[in-house]
Amino acid sequence: MATFTFELVSPERVLFSGAVDAVVLPAVEGDMTVLAGHAPMMTSLKTGFLVVTSDPGNGKRILIRGGFADINQNGLTVLAERALPEQELTQEILDHEILTAEMHYDATTDLAAKHAAEAAIAQLREAKAALNY
Amino acid sequence: MPSLKDLRNRIASVKATQKITKAMQMVAAAKLRRAQSAAEAARPYAQRMAAVLGNLASGITVGPETPRLLAGTGSDQVHLLVVCTAERGLCGAFNSSISRLARDHANRLMAEGKTVKIICVGKKGYDILRRQFGQQIIELIDLRSVRQIGFEQGEQIAQKVLNLFDQGAFDVATLFYSQFRSVISQIPTAQQIVPAQIESGAGTTDAVYDYEPDEGEILATLLPRNLTVQIFRALLENAASEQGARMSAMDNATRNAGEMIKKQTMTYNRSRQAMITKELIEIISGAEAL
Repeated sequence: MATFTFELVSPERVLFSGAVDAVVLPAVEGDMTVLAGHAPMMTSLKTGFLVVTSDPGNGKRILIRGGFADINQNGLTVLAERALPEQELTQEILDHEILTAEMHYDATTDLAAKHAAEAAIAQLREAKAALNY
Repeated sequence: MPSLKDLRNRIASVKATQKITKAMQMVAAAKLRRAQSAAEAARPYAQRMAAVLGNLASGITVGPETPRLLAGTGSDQVHLLVVCTAERGLCGAFNSSISRLARDHANRLMAEGKTVKIICVGKKGYDILRRQFGQQIIELIDLRSVRQIGFEQGEQIAQKVLNLFDQGAFDVATLFYSQFRSVISQIPTAQQIVPAQIESGAGTTDAVYDYEPDEGEILATLLPRNLTVQIFRALLENAASEQGARMSAMDNATRNAGEMIKKQTMTYNRSRQAMITKELIEIISGAEAL
């Protein structure tokens, strides 16, 4: 299977850099899979799991809290606002994330921001369920 | 002529000071390593962000629809200066050189008849600038309780700047911080953050991009985030610079203390010998007189 370069960077560090087969992105308008040779595109990301497949049947999940993906001929670059690899995730971190999102939801009066926060909370709850916490 | 006891006390106190400066130097060296790796780890994100923004902005023509963070408000009457300094002193010229750069900038703007507003990040810069610009300082952001600078601190400051911008409180914002080159060289830097300065042609591609949602919306969310990233990067650079400056300042202080100890020990020994000689002469001349 053809591979392409994928880079995942959060403000604090580079989380992943290398050749991969496929990446599933939690894009704002629905999840999408990026394969080698994808058309150039730029999209915002919402809260959710990003799945990296470097060899078939071997996926890595990373929880993303918003960000951007830039797909061009050089590969895929994801600028995540916050990124937590599955193995670093604990129940406390998730609960804390949910709490901050809920506080954010209560604090804003802007309708769009409220919707975004609501979606983020739902996604985080889903992530929590997916990890059997 | 100080007595021998005075000299001994003086040497002891300089030795104590030297121990303190030596310890501070070593602490700064350890902290520097951490701060430096944090600053380096944050660099890729800022670079990619600049590249993505460059890509995006190169395809956009400035019009009335363009977000004001990119296009500006169309005036440059009110300037906001965000001055990032350290919370602690004893780091050589670090705080004063950033403050001097900010002060010169503010003076120049005021001479041109512009309005200046200042946000101080870090207590030391506030202490220096307060004397001259007490009226202009609108806020002091204290990071003393923060051990390791995280993205949240950058977000918090950026949020304040963005709120002020949305209220129309300023037209142009400039960020002052110290860029970390090496332990002995930190460069005070002024960087304009609003309207955003975009390096065009950095990673421009001819390819036609698809945008999801649309171009304007992405740009509108990307610009505030870029501001946060710039501020975060400045904070990290500043943290590394501060430790670097402190390390070299304390190294100097330790060396100076060593020299002082050497000089005073010499004086001490000389006067001790002089005293012995004097006493001997007194005894001998006493014996001769008999």
